[in-house]
Amino acid sequence: MAENITSFDYLNLFLFTILPYVALFTFFLVTIQRYRGRGFTYSSLSSQFLENKMHFWAMVPFHYGILVVLFGHLIGFLLPAQVLAWNSEPMRLYLLEITGFIGGIFTLVGLINIMVRRLSDARTKMVTSTADWVVIGILIFQICTGLYTAIFHSWGSSWFAASMSPYLWSIVKLSPEIAYVTPLPFFIKLHIIGAFAMIILFPFTRLVHALVVPNPYLWRKPQVVRWHWDRKKIRTTEFKIER
Amino acid sequence: MDVRSQISMVFHLDKCIGCHTCSVACKNIWTDRKGTEYMWWNNVETKPGTGFPTKWEDQEKYKGGWEKKNGSIQLRSTGKGRVVPNIFHHPHQPSMNDYYEPWTYKYDELFNAPEGNDQPTARPISMVTGEHMDIEAGPNWDDDLSGSPVYAKNDPNFKNLTAEQQAQLFAIERLVFFYFPRICNHCLNPSCVASCPSGALHKRGEDGIVLIDQEQCRGWRSCVAACPYKKTYYNWQTGKSEKCILCFPRIESGQAPACFHSCVGRIRYLGVLLYDADMIDDVANTPDDQLVEAHRAMVLDPNDPEVIRSAQANGIHDDVIKSAQKSPVYKFVKEWGIALPPHIEYRTLPMLFYVPPMLPVMTTMDGDAKKNMNEGLFPDFDKARAPMEFLANLFSAGNTGKMRYALKKQMAVRQYRRAVTVGDISMEAALKMLLEADCSVEEAEGIYKLTSLCTFDERFVIPPAHREEAIEMMKDPLEHKQEVGFGLREEPERGA
Repeated sequence: MAENITSFDYLNLFLFTILPYVALFTFFLVTIQRYRGRGFTYSSLSSQFLENKMHFWAMVPFHYGILVVLFGHLIGFLLPAQVLAWNSEPMRLYLLEITGFIGGIFTLVGLINIMVRRLSDARTKMVTSTADWVVIGILIFQICTGLYTAIFHSWGSSWFAASMSPYLWSIVKLSPEIAYVTPLPFFIKLHIIGAFAMIILFPFTRLVHALVVPNPYLWRKPQVVRWHWDRKKIRTTEFKIER
Repeated sequence: MDVRSQISMVFHLDKCIGCHTCSVACKNIWTDRKGTEYMWWNNVETKPGTGFPTKWEDQEKYKGGWEKKNGSIQLRSTGKGRVVPNIFHHPHQPSMNDYYEPWTYKYDELFNAPEGNDQPTARPISMVTGEHMDIEAGPNWDDDLSGSPVYAKNDPNFKNLTAEQQAQLFAIERLVFFYFPRICNHCLNPSCVASCPSGALHKRGEDGIVLIDQEQCRGWRSCVAACPYKKTYYNWQTGKSEKCILCFPRIESGQAPACFHSCVGRIRYLGVLLYDADMIDDVANTPDDQLVEAHRAMVLDPNDPEVIRSAQANGIHDDVIKSAQKSPVYKFVKEWGIALPPHIEYRTLPMLFYVPPMLPVMTTMDGDAKKNMNEGLFPDFDKARAPMEFLANLFSAGNTGKMRYALKKQMAVRQYRRAVTVGDISMEAALKMLLEADCSVEEAEGIYKLTSLCTFDERFVIPPAHREEAIEMMKDPLEHKQEVGFGLREEPERGA
């Protein structure tokens, strides 16, 4: 076997077994370190204050679109058998595919509006960093390869469940099964590599705001009071302030 | 009874001369950084006028504060259910255009301009983009512009004034205005806190100061929309919201906040109020016309032994209770009833109270005769230049009774003092006025003293923070002493 290994195989080995671990390691290490050491930098960095009209047409389609797309990928990863069962009926397959595709189109439209807004509005331009452009670039890349895949390598919801989900699970189980992905078409591979790149970039960019979405708000009491004195302690008789 | 202490404030509008010293003192200390240039944690507005940000009182537009709905109160902007769908684009968010674009001037052009026939000029440049800009609005843009069809005419407090009353405000030679200095009200039922998805906004238990935890703020800006007074601001540079902190580092070391300390007209009073936190929900849910009274009823008598016992049991320091007993705010708000909360109909229960202004010239001219008295002894407040309804819309949720009471008492005190010092009014008439205004002679003297002769220590009764004892309770003070001042604090830098 050894003599048959080509440089292409080495590339595959690097991209689909080493890169995912580099990505995950970077992701966890840096997000945690950043949260603990530089927590101040966790913000949505909203620019709605500077420009309030185009903002709607950029943010709303983008965020709702990408939520649908990400959620779709997540379901395919977590519940492959159920997705395949759902797709056994053609109409249901079409429904799923169309929903995902519309989500993708929304994301693309949102991204284009984001770019136009950040290039055309003088104030917003001022708060757009290089890192922001890198994020926009990688997102455009991902959504374009994703939409290409959806059109030219159709029924992704089914083959994702059959080949991508086992591959991703093999990474989780620390025994990567590269054979699931090596036969995949070029554009799908690009999409996978782009995803790993995005995971690496994630902790260094504004994308971290996705990690601090305000879920506790939904079940906390409306008013928040913080005490700097220990009220319980002062209520007990043991603690008596000498006055 | 859940007794808590609250640093509360009174602004005496009759004394405000609109010099903006407070605003500048605040700006120099807190908001001269990039991203905060447009913020005025303290600002002084001309009323009638549109204020800052423009028409902030128009809650149809900004959706600030609480509204009564189905028997309870709800946030007008984003409650729990609405925060998720609206998080990507907040529908009621003010933008920089509602405030103004901060600018500076290219002063070096005055020196570097090439020789020519024209005077060199310093052109304005935006502090956001650095580009040349045309100034369209700025801080205090409608300063003193009462009677202006652009600004004063759009004052949201005109909403239920008759056309006649409105016309009266714009008649030539009958213009009227007063100043309305504003800071964060450090409310008891703050809608900014209730709206914060990240839990960054909080009220300090010990003194009730409302703060934004800068490390926990994620810049969702719900507070900006939810605060009906528009006193939380979004720092577009750091991506975090900021607000008036009532100069808590100064308060903790026994000094008055900068805007209070610098006030030239000595209009500001600061002191502790003890209140019953169990009543917050019920009071915030009271019908509009009873709000002022209900709000006042929450404030507890610091000399009542029952209250003192509960306060002590609740961990309130004896020094704070002592300070509450000397509080000038308690006198104005509770004992005398002449300080009123601004826009209490927003139901945030503000803890900054205003002594309403005796608007200039109560007198009206009837031909050549000065006509300032109605049938009784008092000037006819309903014939005053600023309609009573206008003042009541601002300070008592439209409750003209409370407003009339406050004005009547102030007027009676004036007449009484005039009888004492000038003597052109008979003491008998003055005492009759006091009686009619529900004011005893001692009370009149008290109001007079605290209004006119008040010293620094009478205006600002700041309780000792006793940080040393608080530290003692949490950890070893020696250990704390060794720790403070060391370690790296994070710089407030914008994230990537």
